[in-house]
Amino acid sequence: MSEPVLGIDLGSRTTKILALRGGQVESFQIFDTDHDPVARVRDALKDLTFSAVVATGYGRHLLKAHFADGVVTEIKACARGAKYLCPECATVIDVGGQDSKVIEVTSDGGFANFEMNDRCAAGTGKFLEVMASTLGYDIEGFWRAALEAESPVAISSMCTVFAESEVVSLITSGADVKSVALGLHQAIADRLYALACRVELKGEVLLAGGVAKNNCVRQLLEKRLQRRMVVPDNPQMVSALGAALIANENALARGTGR
Amino acid sequence: MSDYREMWSRLSLDVELHQQLLDSMGRKFGEQVLRQQNRPQRLRYFDDVIRGAHTARVQELIDHRNAGGKVIGTFCIYVPDEIALALGVTPVALCGGTPFSIPYAERTLPRDICPLIKSTLGLAFSKTCPYAPVKDMAVGETTCDAKKKTWDFLGKVANFHVMEVPQKKQATDAALWQAEVVAFAQRLEQLTSRALEAEELSKAIRLVNRKRKALARLYSYRKSEQPPISGTDALVVMQAALNDDAARFCGKLEGLNEELEERLTRGISVADGRSRRVMIAGCPSVMGNWKMHHLIETSGAVVVCDETCTGTRYFEDLVAEQDGSVEQQLRAIAERYMKIDCACFSPNEERIENILRLAKEYRVHGVVQYVLQYCHGYNVEALNVARALKEEGIPGLKIETDYSEEDTGQLRTRIEAFLERT
Repeated sequence: MSEPVLGIDLGSRTTKILALRGGQVESFQIFDTDHDPVARVRDALKDLTFSAVVATGYGRHLLKAHFADGVVTEIKACARGAKYLCPECATVIDVGGQDSKVIEVTSDGGFANFEMNDRCAAGTGKFLEVMASTLGYDIEGFWRAALEAESPVAISSMCTVFAESEVVSLITSGADVKSVALGLHQAIADRLYALACRVELKGEVLLAGGVAKNNCVRQLLEKRLQRRMVVPDNPQMVSALGAALIANENALARGTGR
Repeated sequence: MSDYREMWSRLSLDVELHQQLLDSMGRKFGEQVLRQQNRPQRLRYFDDVIRGAHTARVQELIDHRNAGGKVIGTFCIYVPDEIALALGVTPVALCGGTPFSIPYAERTLPRDICPLIKSTLGLAFSKTCPYAPVKDMAVGETTCDAKKKTWDFLGKVANFHVMEVPQKKQATDAALWQAEVVAFAQRLEQLTSRALEAEELSKAIRLVNRKRKALARLYSYRKSEQPPISGTDALVVMQAALNDDAARFCGKLEGLNEELEERLTRGISVADGRSRRVMIAGCPSVMGNWKMHHLIETSGAVVVCDETCTGTRYFEDLVAEQDGSVEQQLRAIAERYMKIDCACFSPNEERIENILRLAKEYRVHGVVQYVLQYCHGYNVEALNVARALKEEGIPGLKIETDYSEEDTGQLRTRIEAFLERT
């Protein structure tokens, strides 16, 4: 293989670019998605040589207009990437910036059933970000604090806006901040569990997306699911990897004249 | 357009706001319907029905009333048009499909009821529905709780008749419905000061059957490997059916069908070999709402069948044509309408059987269950539909949404992924 192929995942919070050469990950970069994602991606591609690009993520069609040869949904890309990282994987739970999804991965790396959260940010990374900042933590400090709590304070609202007022009112009434943090993590885990119940869980379950780095959500969700999950070293690159793998297959198919 | 301003202001509409509504609906119609490529030429008439819904059609109804005729507004396909037409009463569907009017409804109604009801009432509340002042009576029905209570509320300010649609399909329910059909006929006789005549009723039955047959023929072309019309455009025709003069509509649709037949022979299709064939099942998409069809058909698929109230539910099954007495004909009408498989029935196995049958007839690759937000009947029934589809190995996707555009990014991802899988 001469030149690498690229998978670009333009997500709502972060953009991921992965270069694949000869079936191996050659490079990976991740940066925040801002108001001008095309300019940021163009910048990031400046020093890369590549033969094909497949785009995924909510900005996939935007990328197609500028850079990409093909687009796939993040459902397909995530399933493919997960299967590559974990051949025994049959389910992916992917919790990103503004959506969460549960995908049944088929043995050939495709997908069968999938479920996504409703339109709002409830049960996503954005919810955790807003709550962390309300409680005065950074992202990592937030889940570390939650893990230190003895017991959670129940949070009844999953709406980002309502939960924020609920949290503020709990704090002003003297609730323990760490317990509130744990309660918020529990709320997310419960929400993801309900989503996961809508598909058939079998084989290994892989946790992907930025929220997979949150150990507290992972532990609480594992407890609910009564099983361990596989968390890849870099859970945010799964969909970009899947897109790159698909770009590679497309290139191979073209190369053999199909 | 400007010469209608006088008509609107005579109808006491808020002319400025009404213009904003028309602009908003016109923009969406342009983007989601008119912008499609390769449309049959004779669709132009149906486009004009949609565009003329607040202008020419309203004037026509005013003229009809000035000539002694009556107008009723309806909200559901359970209301038998035949009886109205036989008495010189023109029925018009009043369901709202625009998000524009929803904020005006939410000033009064609870937010968590379906967008169709909110859109409809919002138009009336904001004085942007030209039909509200034109109709002589509105006819509601009991297909959901929110509607029932809405009719109670509206019944205080408008001439209103409510038909009770039963919830089960036992003999006692059929008898109840029979009585409701008779009561509706009596109410219209009062309204018109006329007596229902067997010959007129028989003519009206034949007219509405003609409409159903023409729609069924339109749908038969969609079964083809090379459908000559898009699902969005078939929906436009269906929306026109609920608004237009029945006889004129039949003639125009029969003309369109001839064109479709010719397109079929010449291999002119809206699909290419890779297009996925999708059925939409569930809630109606009434005038102003092309959201789901647009999303699906701009994602590499063609909608080839609508198992909805703006689809097969509207035209399947004919009323038995006979030259019997008024009573006999009313019974035949009641029997036909009782076959409608609305999700308000429990149990509703017929609907599941119909969906599976249609999936085969139209050779669909997948079924999108379309649920208007807060429509509990179709939303919960989706579980049994999904199970039946799974057993048959037909991919299914359920989408619950309203009329707004805020979730289109997310919906597009789900629809594209669904199509990747089919």
